[in-house]
Amino acid sequence: MAALGSLSLLIALALAVYNLLAGAVALRLLATGAKTAISPERLADTARRAGIAGFIAVCSAVFALVWSVFANDFSIAYITEHSNRALPGAYKFSAMWSGQEGSLLLWAWLLATYGFVLRLTHKTDVRLYAYAGTILAAVQVFFLAILNFAAPPFALMRGAVPDDGNGLNPLLQYPEMVIHPPMLYLGYVGFCVPFCFALGALMMRYPGEKWIRITRVWTMVTWMFLTCGIFLGMHWAYAVLGWGGYWGWDPVENASFMPWLTGTAFLHSVMMQEKKGMMKSWNVWLIFTTFLLTMLGTLLTRAGLVSSVHAFAQSSIGTWFVTFMIITLAVCIFTYVLNHSHLKSEHRLESLVCRESSFLFNNLVLLVACFVILWGTLFPILSEYVVGNKVTVGAPWYNTVAIPIGLFLLFLTGVGPMLPWRATSIRSIRRNFVVPVLVLWLTVIVCLAVGVSPWKDGAFSAGNFYALVAFALSAAVMAAILGEFFGGARVISHQTGRNLLSATYLLTRRNTRRYGGYLIHIGVVVIVVGLAGAAFNRNQEQEMALHDKLAIGPYTLECVGFTQDANANYDSEYAMLDVWKGGKRVFQMTPEKRVYLASGQPQTMVAIHSVPEWDLYVVYEGTNPATNQPIIKAFLNPLVSWIWAGVAIIVFGTVIALVPSLSPATASLRVPARAAPVEPVLGGGL
Amino acid sequence: MTASRRFILWTRALQASALAGAVFFSMGASTGNARYTNLNHRLLCTCGCNELLGECNHTSCPMSGPELTELSAGIDAGQNDDEILTSFAIKYGATVLAAPTTKGFDLVAWIAPFAVFLAAILGTILLVRRWSVGSLEAPPTAPASEALREQIRRETDGEGGY
Repeated sequence: MAALGSLSLLIALALAVYNLLAGAVALRLLATGAKTAISPERLADTARRAGIAGFIAVCSAVFALVWSVFANDFSIAYITEHSNRALPGAYKFSAMWSGQEGSLLLWAWLLATYGFVLRLTHKTDVRLYAYAGTILAAVQVFFLAILNFAAPPFALMRGAVPDDGNGLNPLLQYPEMVIHPPMLYLGYVGFCVPFCFALGALMMRYPGEKWIRITRVWTMVTWMFLTCGIFLGMHWAYAVLGWGGYWGWDPVENASFMPWLTGTAFLHSVMMQEKKGMMKSWNVWLIFTTFLLTMLGTLLTRAGLVSSVHAFAQSSIGTWFVTFMIITLAVCIFTYVLNHSHLKSEHRLESLVCRESSFLFNNLVLLVACFVILWGTLFPILSEYVVGNKVTVGAPWYNTVAIPIGLFLLFLTGVGPMLPWRATSIRSIRRNFVVPVLVLWLTVIVCLAVGVSPWKDGAFSAGNFYALVAFALSAAVMAAILGEFFGGARVISHQTGRNLLSATYLLTRRNTRRYGGYLIHIGVVVIVVGLAGAAFNRNQEQEMALHDKLAIGPYTLECVGFTQDANANYDSEYAMLDVWKGGKRVFQMTPEKRVYLASGQPQTMVAIHSVPEWDLYVVYEGTNPATNQPIIKAFLNPLVSWIWAGVAIIVFGTVIALVPSLSPATASLRVPARAAPVEPVLGGGL
Repeated sequence: MTASRRFILWTRALQASALAGAVFFSMGASTGNARYTNLNHRLLCTCGCNELLGECNHTSCPMSGPELTELSAGIDAGQNDDEILTSFAIKYGATVLAAPTTKGFDLVAWIAPFAVFLAAILGTILLVRRWSVGSLEAPPTAPASEALREQIRRETDGEGGY
């Protein structure tokens, strides 16, 4: 199998090189119109077919690796390092991406899969797809070259073949880890496709709107995968690391968040190009940046530039990534300089305050947030370089700098959709903003009344203050979005006689993109509420003998036993804790501590009881060697389940936005926007 | 309502908001416990777990216990926050501080994000103004461009564009 895998990767590289070279020559011939023995169209088609064959070759390599893992072929070094005989089947599958070589193979495979779909659907626009396919082949050449020469997954063990492997990292032996990396990579790799279309369209001086409309589905699906990947990672960190949190501003977390921010900015600003013909250059550079950030993320973790708990696979391939990024950036700049006149935009605004300007501010804030995270991630390196002193840029810095920016973004999430295209009048502002502003202040009053105040232990707490602002803004934004649904549904209900629920359904079906987008915004608001709950986290740590009790919030935990268990993969000991609430025993929790036999590494398995108000999160920390008593740490984390619910809403909203609309939005729904110019327009005279 | 009357009302509203804000922020006084929690969240545990000192959850961690004791001793000895943080940085190195200080080159870490944010806001406002001014001078949207966009929308309807 090792031979099959290596050969498959070599064949895949050869096919990708052919795809790149033949594709480039064919496109050059088509551009110049030169006469040759073989027609450029046929040459381009052979390049496309080579790309399809390359997909089969990479699939074959993946099959060889997965087969080898399941067959316990420890003659392959990667299998020895990342698997063992007792490893459960699902985790054997995930062993494929638990190390550097495997994760790069996963990347190459997903890239080949995206390329396969792209090359199969080439008839949509043969020439544009030929450009995109050729550029994609260049990216494939890079990854396949690494897999063949720098990080081969099928390298054989030196010396005797061991009877068993070292096992999978215990941190990765968790259900989310079977789907989190593929989701994240689907997001990372997926941004390569719009990048290829953008660069291809720029090279061939293609009409700007068309590549955007063609890649919209690609971009949205990719964005959805990246969103799911990030939040699955958060859930994994929450459930496995045992520290009660889900986001630690680790460089690897930051690396996944940065392309998400620029990708989100792109999804918003393309609407400006589609509707108004604006921001053409901006959109091209947004997608270039997003792609480069996915590469930077890989570089950050692979090259050992910054320390990270995730940087499990550091090696010298960072040099490869730096070189590739420099070449990519040079190609982007060169192509842009050569063809930027083609991207001349029709920049016209009828008012300072309108949907267009809100999109501009939205883009600005998303990019500033991206800069802030990049700055925080790289500042330790910069500081060491400039003053020779490495510093830590941790959660306190990010919380101080990033949270206000995030809240401003939340504010724009509410304001943007309420502003009509073209121009806004004072009357429409009054009409649209009164209810959300009232809801905002009502929320502040209610929060203060129920004890959600900016003070903690008698002192002003920035965390509590931000939480209060987040709750108030979230309520206002929710009111604004629901108002949009209600307003539209009321018009349809009036026109058709349907009830409001049915009218809302019809409204959404008529403009899935708009209302799917609103649903995504609702998901974001729900997530923000969940995140804000972190300001009110509580925890208690206690040594617990049999029948000892620990009180936290409305719950009392009573220790009713400790026991041990063992299987072929790990030994475990766990506590049995009865949970009492209001004098009644409501359920039992069993936090666990495992020691994996192959690696000898311990791992905490947290017990979580989740309800909408909070999560009761219990960690069995082990035994105090001084007293020989087990130590239990309990957290009461408010509103955490809202975060996961918010992600589900985002996915639902994205799917809705991807569904074709029933018919174009009715003209009657646009009446307020059309009526606006006759009223005094804000800033229109400037 | 006259313009001057409206102006006075707005001024009064702003003054009331400022007063409410001042009262809001000055209520409550820092307690020893709050200060201890605040400080142990501005320091990292040095055992290598990369956690904030107040959140290190390793059983029998060799570092967090003694460091928390040291922190309590500093507070009890009447040291101010800066003195405590400086003493930790001298003893364990600058990386023990969970965030850059506000002195020397570290200050750049704090200033740059806000500077970029303000510059970007200013730039966007200027851009929007410029485009707004331009729109008043320029003719309405060229029919050819609108037609082209509409044609593209129609052509790509089958690919999910609408």
